[in-house]
Amino acid sequence: MEPGESEPSVLGPGKTKIVLEAGKIDREYFRDLWRYRELFYVLAWRDVSVRYKQTAVGIAWAILRPAVTTIVFTLVFGRLGGFSSGGVPYPVMVLAGMLPWQLFASALTDSGQSLVANSNLITKVYFPRIIIPGSSLVTSLVDFTISGVLLAIVMIVYKVAPGWQIIALPLFVLVALVAAAGIGTWVASLNVKYRDFSFVVPFIVQLGLYISPVGFSTAVVPEKWRLLYSLNPMVGVIDGFRWCLLGGHTNVGSSGFLTSLVIITVVALTGVRHFRRTERAFADII
Amino acid sequence: MSGSIKVEGLSKRYWLRHGSGAPYRSLRDEISRWAAAPFRQLSRVFGGAGAKGEGGERVEEFWALKDVSFEVQPGEVIGIIGRNGAGKSTLLKILSRITEPSEGRVEIEGRVASLLEVGTGFHPELTGRENIFLNGAILGMTRAEVRRKFDEIVEFAEVERFLDSPVKRYSSGMYVRLAFAVAAHLEPEILVVDEVLAVGDAQFQRKCLGKMKDVSSGGRTVLFVSHQMGTVRQLCSRGILLAGGQVQKVGTASEVIDAYLEVDAAGGGFFAEGAARTKDVAIESAVTLDGMGQRQAYFLHNDPIKISVTCRVNSWIPNTELRLVVGDSRGRRVFTSDIALQPSPAAANPSVRAEAIIPGHFLRPETYLVSLYTFVNNQVVIAGVSDALSFTIQDGGSKYAASEGLDYGCVFDPCRWTITVVDEETAKGTVNG
Repeated sequence: MEPGESEPSVLGPGKTKIVLEAGKIDREYFRDLWRYRELFYVLAWRDVSVRYKQTAVGIAWAILRPAVTTIVFTLVFGRLGGFSSGGVPYPVMVLAGMLPWQLFASALTDSGQSLVANSNLITKVYFPRIIIPGSSLVTSLVDFTISGVLLAIVMIVYKVAPGWQIIALPLFVLVALVAAAGIGTWVASLNVKYRDFSFVVPFIVQLGLYISPVGFSTAVVPEKWRLLYSLNPMVGVIDGFRWCLLGGHTNVGSSGFLTSLVIITVVALTGVRHFRRTERAFADII
Repeated sequence: MSGSIKVEGLSKRYWLRHGSGAPYRSLRDEISRWAAAPFRQLSRVFGGAGAKGEGGERVEEFWALKDVSFEVQPGEVIGIIGRNGAGKSTLLKILSRITEPSEGRVEIEGRVASLLEVGTGFHPELTGRENIFLNGAILGMTRAEVRRKFDEIVEFAEVERFLDSPVKRYSSGMYVRLAFAVAAHLEPEILVVDEVLAVGDAQFQRKCLGKMKDVSSGGRTVLFVSHQMGTVRQLCSRGILLAGGQVQKVGTASEVIDAYLEVDAAGGGFFAEGAARTKDVAIESAVTLDGMGQRQAYFLHNDPIKISVTCRVNSWIPNTELRLVVGDSRGRRVFTSDIALQPSPAAANPSVRAEAIIPGHFLRPETYLVSLYTFVNNQVVIAGVSDALSFTIQDGGSKYAASEGLDYGCVFDPCRWTITVVDEETAKGTVNG
């Protein structure tokens, strides 16, 4: 490329000088992140297109997983357990909680594994490493969208219409993603150092499914335990989802949601900070 | 000025761990160990007596680079040479920002693209077309740039017909052609290249070399690592010789190549250090010996040359073989010789010595380089040292002595000639009959 051309590339035309020194945290990190945004798109596109290469299998998987789990939970909690769903058909209530949970769970799993899975890139090329766990979130978002179609169909079948609250839905999607990304960046960077750390994630995900209000409504939890319960950041998100989709039938505890929000913010900020601190050594230890 | 590089006092340290239980761990484990250093320091602070680390582990620091300084002017094409473990790859990794220096400073002016491997990030499930965009983005090209050069890349790689098939169906030749083609169309101000030209068949290698020449004559700064002295001589104007993590020599390409070939001329040999010794079947040392069993690096053309290699067995793998590759200073391979390391060693930590004799009056007067590898199943390399040894053969009065300095092949000719006088009658009979 001629020097006069304005095509942004590698380091961009504006940036002509870099200094590499020991222990110096790159002050241009976030500007670099912007310069490498194309890599973000391309990696996200790669993950999505590999996943949906066999379109039928990819879509079937995104629908089958929530559908089967919803049926099982409806039978176990709704029928056998006899839990109340607060006036909404039980399967609708479960599915409305299952969607954000699965978004969170798969985003967490993917981002936690992402660095190790892309170790060949880390040892061979430079780019802000946070692009890797970041772009890995996109696949779960696509899965989520497909599962959303399932939810829409189920809601039509059960004649449940969302109220005006649905406009807040993107906010809760974002919160679920930030929660997953926060824990995911912690896991991803620790995973580089301690390879056996990857065993923690399936455990969190499996346990989380039962201690989060997926198969039941938060209303089932006794009032005095609510605040403690909402220390699980997914409680606020799932309640928020149900509030958006099922409207007046669910009440969202604002203090609970705030607690969740604070915890998610803290985890995400510390996760990114830890990631940034350890990032410089990834190539040496991965 | 754009395209210049200034390196001052650059050092890179790794921590190697030697456990107390199993004598050695894999290199990967050892290097990952140093990440835990803060925790050990913590235990030192709080535990007091914990200075030895958990389980009596011994931690050894290893300087992959030590106090390296040099400058590169815009438009220069620099060859970086040195043996395995000399620090070449570490230097390239620091310059490409993949890893951070432990000490020192690098100033780079201009956009850098690094090519440490061909086909980084290629995904087997994606098609050739998709992989061009993927790999391009990974190497730092924008989609617009890739789109602009797309046809050129495809033409260079000669894969038009397979563009929409997944690359997992490609032959290995097509795969590397495509991978190199993408990389060859990068247009940064500074290009950092590790030994990637050694891909594909001979014809494609010539094409790659031609492309590299275009790149380097186009005013771009190129840093180029290679073991192929012939390529370095052809491409580079200047050279840097690294040895043991330090700069041994900076000068014109041929000065530096000569220095490289002479490193062992004083009768040195190869002695492994640091991480290289922890491979399952590691190459511990190698020397060249004369007929009296003395270490020697100069031989007369009719002297036999004994190559003695000691392998350290950290973890025995059945059917391990040792491979000796002898090449000349132009980077041509002269011959390869394999030997099974048998019988399998029994003791806890034994060494195996393998000795090979190259007969006299075989190799022509020249300087030769010997690379050593331990491997299994004919392909899986356990440990390798390129250019571990060098030795020089001098003409002690062969019939070619008069033409010294001319390239008349690698080996003395083994031909047996017969000369017959042919009279016209017989000749006619032969032609007609």
